Amino acid sequence: MRLPGRGRNAGAEEVRFRFDGRDYRGRAGEPLAAALLANGVRVMGRSFKYHRPRGVMTAGSEEPNALVTVGRGADREPNVRATVQEVFEGLEAYGQNAWPSVHFDLMAVNDLFAPFLGAGFYYKTFMWPRAFWEKLYEPGIRRAAGLGVLSGEHNPDPYEKAFAFCDLLVIGAGPAGLMAALAAGRAGAEVILADEGPEPGGRLLSEDERVEGQPAQAWVAVVLAELAEMPNVRVMTRTTVTGAYDQGTYGALERVSAHMARPAPGLPRECFWRIAAKRAVLAAGALERPVAFAGNDRPGVMLASAMRSYLHRWGVAPGRSVVVFGNNDDAQRTARDLAAAGVHVAAMVDARTDAPEVAGVRMFRGAVVTGTAGGRHGLEAVTIRCEDGRVERIAVESLAVSGGWNPAVHLTCHMNGRPVWREEIAAFVPADGAVPGLAPAGACAGEFSTRGCLEAGLRAAGAALADLGMQAPAMEAPEADAARYRLRPLWAVEGRGRAWLDFQNDVTVKDVKLAAQENYASVEHMKRYTTQGMAPDQGKNSNVAALAVLAEATGRGIPETGTTTFRPPYVPVSIAAMGAGAQGKGFAPERLTTSHAASRARGAPMIEAGLWYRPSYFPQGDEDWEAACRREARMVREAVGVADVSTLGKIDVQGADAARFLDFVYTNTFSTLKPGRVRYGLMLREDGHVMDDGTTARFGETHFVMTTTTAAAGEVMAHLEWVRQGLRPDWDVRPISVTEQWAQFAVAGPRSAELLDGLIDGGLDKDAWPFMSCGKVTVQGIGGRLFRISFSGEEGYEIALPARYGAALFDELLTRAEALGGGPYGMEALNALRVEKGFITHAEIHGRTTAFDIGMARMVSAKKDCIGKAAATREGLSGEDREQLVGLRPVEEGARMTAGAHVFAEGAAHVRENSEGYVTSVAPSVALGGWLGLGFLRNGRARHGEVVVLVDHLRGRRLRATVQDPVQYDPEGVRLRG
Amino acid sequence: MRLRCPLCGERDRREFTYKGAAVALDRPATEAWSADWDDYLHNRANPAGETRDLWQHAAGCGAWLVVTRDTVTHSIADVRLARGEGTA
Amino acid sequence: MSPCAGLLPLRSGTVRLAEVDPGRITSLMPGPGQAAALDRALSETHGLGWPAPGQAILSQRGGVVWTGLDQAMLMGPAPDPALARHAALTDQSDAWAVADLSGGDGPEVLARLVPVDLRPQAFAEGATARTLLGHMTASITRTGPETLRIMVFRSMARTLVHDLHAAMDAVAARRGLDAGGPPR
Repeated sequence: MRLPGRGRNAGAEEVRFRFDGRDYRGRAGEPLAAALLANGVRVMGRSFKYHRPRGVMTAGSEEPNALVTVGRGADREPNVRATVQEVFEGLEAYGQNAWPSVHFDLMAVNDLFAPFLGAGFYYKTFMWPRAFWEKLYEPGIRRAAGLGVLSGEHNPDPYEKAFAFCDLLVIGAGPAGLMAALAAGRAGAEVILADEGPEPGGRLLSEDERVEGQPAQAWVAVVLAELAEMPNVRVMTRTTVTGAYDQGTYGALERVSAHMARPAPGLPRECFWRIAAKRAVLAAGALERPVAFAGNDRPGVMLASAMRSYLHRWGVAPGRSVVVFGNNDDAQRTARDLAAAGVHVAAMVDARTDAPEVAGVRMFRGAVVTGTAGGRHGLEAVTIRCEDGRVERIAVESLAVSGGWNPAVHLTCHMNGRPVWREEIAAFVPADGAVPGLAPAGACAGEFSTRGCLEAGLRAAGAALADLGMQAPAMEAPEADAARYRLRPLWAVEGRGRAWLDFQNDVTVKDVKLAAQENYASVEHMKRYTTQGMAPDQGKNSNVAALAVLAEATGRGIPETGTTTFRPPYVPVSIAAMGAGAQGKGFAPERLTTSHAASRARGAPMIEAGLWYRPSYFPQGDEDWEAACRREARMVREAVGVADVSTLGKIDVQGADAARFLDFVYTNTFSTLKPGRVRYGLMLREDGHVMDDGTTARFGETHFVMTTTTAAAGEVMAHLEWVRQGLRPDWDVRPISVTEQWAQFAVAGPRSAELLDGLIDGGLDKDAWPFMSCGKVTVQGIGGRLFRISFSGEEGYEIALPARYGAALFDELLTRAEALGGGPYGMEALNALRVEKGFITHAEIHGRTTAFDIGMARMVSAKKDCIGKAAATREGLSGEDREQLVGLRPVEEGARMTAGAHVFAEGAAHVRENSEGYVTSVAPSVALGGWLGLGFLRNGRARHGEVVVLVDHLRGRRLRATVQDPVQYDPEGVRLRG
Repeated sequence: MRLRCPLCGERDRREFTYKGAAVALDRPATEAWSADWDDYLHNRANPAGETRDLWQHAAGCGAWLVVTRDTVTHSIADVRLARGEGTA
Repeated sequence: MSPCAGLLPLRSGTVRLAEVDPGRITSLMPGPGQAAALDRALSETHGLGWPAPGQAILSQRGGVVWTGLDQAMLMGPAPDPALARHAALTDQSDAWAVADLSGGDGPEVLARLVPVDLRPQAFAEGATARTLLGHMTASITRTGPETLRIMVFRSMARTLVHDLHAAMDAVAARRGLDAGGPPR
């Protein structure tokens, strides 16, 4: 019901919106819940388990009942709290967890079976027979349960994440937060003031109070105006601080555009902030708590503070007549405010026998509401039990309930802090120092008067400023209401009928008592047994009351029974916001070589190698990958091929101890390598397993260039830094990556020298470039490097020029290669060539293989120490039981092999226990025909010639293969020496 | 989590890479396998309380760091360059 | 070809992103105990010096930007041969994509990608940081009151532009937004 002329938003524009297919009018910017109440809509949701009709309970993000789905298309968002969603022109929202609508929900039959669906129902009922769980019970339960549903389509909305930094983060902009921000702002500190609401002010916007002699809202406006003038203060509205993390890191969810009818293009829907704050003040306020009594979930029953919010902020009354039920002075405040607004307050029911009166309102002292009555659409009457036991029924449209306040301690629990019970306010307050650097102030610390909050905010800012070494400004908290908080604890009213504690998960007082009776007497067990506190509101509205009921049921006090704790996030955070920026190209960087465009232009499909993209093959005509691979491999074997190898790691190592350093990180010796020469090196981890391999070239006495595999480039660089900084800090060795500086191409094949002879300034004198030599060259005057190395088994070179010339060099190399009957080759051919030669990659050195396994035990020099040397000698890392590198060739000529297949001895059953190894790499072979593979086989070096069975369980293939030496082509290396 | 790199100042955890216990700084001098190597490579205390870990400021300055922190409270007592911290 | 050829410049809102030709880039890694000598040599030969961690020494013709433990990049001139007596040098001229992000909203744009406070009050002219830009390691230097110089590995130029473009657009889109105030 709208109260004309009332509410802070009385002048707001009128807009149209839809709820459950019906059109309504509301005031722009007000919460959907307020707009629905203004239109007389009381049923806004259905409960999770029993599908009971529910109305709005609160006016904040803690709302348990009024969860709706907003939007209709791919970006529709379920479980939006109607208390948070702002109304705009054209807003469309739907009730959820109901079919066909929240007003008439067929699933409400669950409620009729409620006697059978009590706490622990699932555990008791669906346990047996076991096999039914996966096929029958779980799918059925899943269909019936759940709240809103996602669209199932790709979410087209942009989301964002961002980092922010401040001296002081103030969480919540009520009286305590505003005071803290003002004081810190005046002191010159970098301040972020974050508040959930669309405008700062907190409870001051929802109450009829005076601060510093003026209406509280006017005081808020003055403070905000001053904050807005301060360049060191950032006020973030619609921003919920969701979590407190180590070393002053906070997560915060900003709702950027969900309240807008037409967001600007590119504007994110939400932004997830990581805020690093040197200090923080928690001014999160308090959450009013309901009282459990029979039928307390009927639409029309609402928290008293929420009713005042709707009244003062949004000019809405939940009905024409109200009964107020409470146990503290907020009951009187509520009755007074409603009466002043012209709402008929039919009665005030106060559990306290000494409760103060409100003029003109019928008073029930020492009384409780024992039940409610009404139809499908909500409350029609309440039953009151008077102090003398007399029962009275009063017809009324709505009921305001106040069971007192729970400090919003949530963030103080995020780092394992356990709130402590404070008897005089019958509530939990934050433990001291629960989150380092975060000071709770005001209502969240149990201080409920406005004046007390203002003072606490000022105090907390002063303490934070002192910690930051800053001078607190001379200022005093303004005059405001300082009335003491007086309450008589009241958690649950005895009586017949279901009294709800957790509205979202449909947990009743009886359920908690049942848990206690069945010996789930620990609060953690009770929660799991009843599911109390496990709904999206995470127990904000029910934890303390449920604990109190459990305490009573088990005959203990509340602090003895347990405490309440909360994990992040304070409000649900969409995955889209947390993973913002990671869609599509944002998922991972793309590293592109200088030949990328040319390779794509030739139709090469790209495959990912780490972050790099490398050409798989260069198809001609309608070639498939295997045909292209065979053609390219043959081209290298018979003429010349060109491949971009820039992705391999290149590390420049200089320093007086560079050679000694390489001796230490490689198993073999580099100090004996002559300048101008290249050597293959094997690198172990300290645990004796192979880390990486590659060639290292010596350009000078104290200057080497190391090559790593593409896969391990980063790991090796970090390892070298570790060895030099951590293990050999006294050595003069200075490694730096030069991977990105050089575009490097393999030129391989019998005509490779011929190609390079035409390219390199002054030609290529083959005698000066023996196998495993290196040196400087120029190409059209540009300085480059040439290495005579081979990963193909053919005579081969790698030529490197600065990357800016990479594209041009690639073009030039291809032109020359094609003139010689060659061309580019991709990763498939590169793989095929190296498999024939038994050259290993990270398919073989996958982290579990030792130098012994790959047949390189002799490369571990006996003359010097090296990383991994001691461990490599351990029992079990060498010997007959090890799976050793072998070559594999199908017995049936041309049979296709698959990597990942397991190796079995002939005649052995193909079960895991009999597996003797596995296939690591396979490729079509040009030199030998058919397919070839590499793999590991137990004691494999002694089994050359044996026929084994390769079984690929995953692909359902098996074939017989002959075990061979891994080097299956040109074992003497005649070809690569050219 | 934030670590105060001695070179770069306080930085977000995402810039750092964890290696393991700072024991790795004290590499045995012997080339033959021994119980010392077991302790160096594998045996770890897993304390509830103070630990000394190695982290690299991998996405920052590249420095290897010895971080002294508490596994219970997550407080960080000290961050220093690994260089010069070992016995090797 | 420059690393960002065909990708830059870009403008969105108040911010502009343009590729910079930094001239020669040479990594400098001083030998043990050589930092002071290298500092003198840089001063004598290039009018520059050896920077403290997190600092860049900038001049009209170039600069020395600290890039890590024992490491800085000489930007602009070809290195004087005298430097090699005190430091290991490598040519890195082609290893980096270099772009200037200019405009008052630069720090706001990078706040979407970089976990370091780059606002002028925290990151003054001459400040430099090795950090992350999205998933990429980067070097970021404030070279002017409203200019941030960004360097990432050359191979990632396209991702750099993609990520920055998205952040620039998001910040531009926000410029129609007020924080706070009464509900509208």
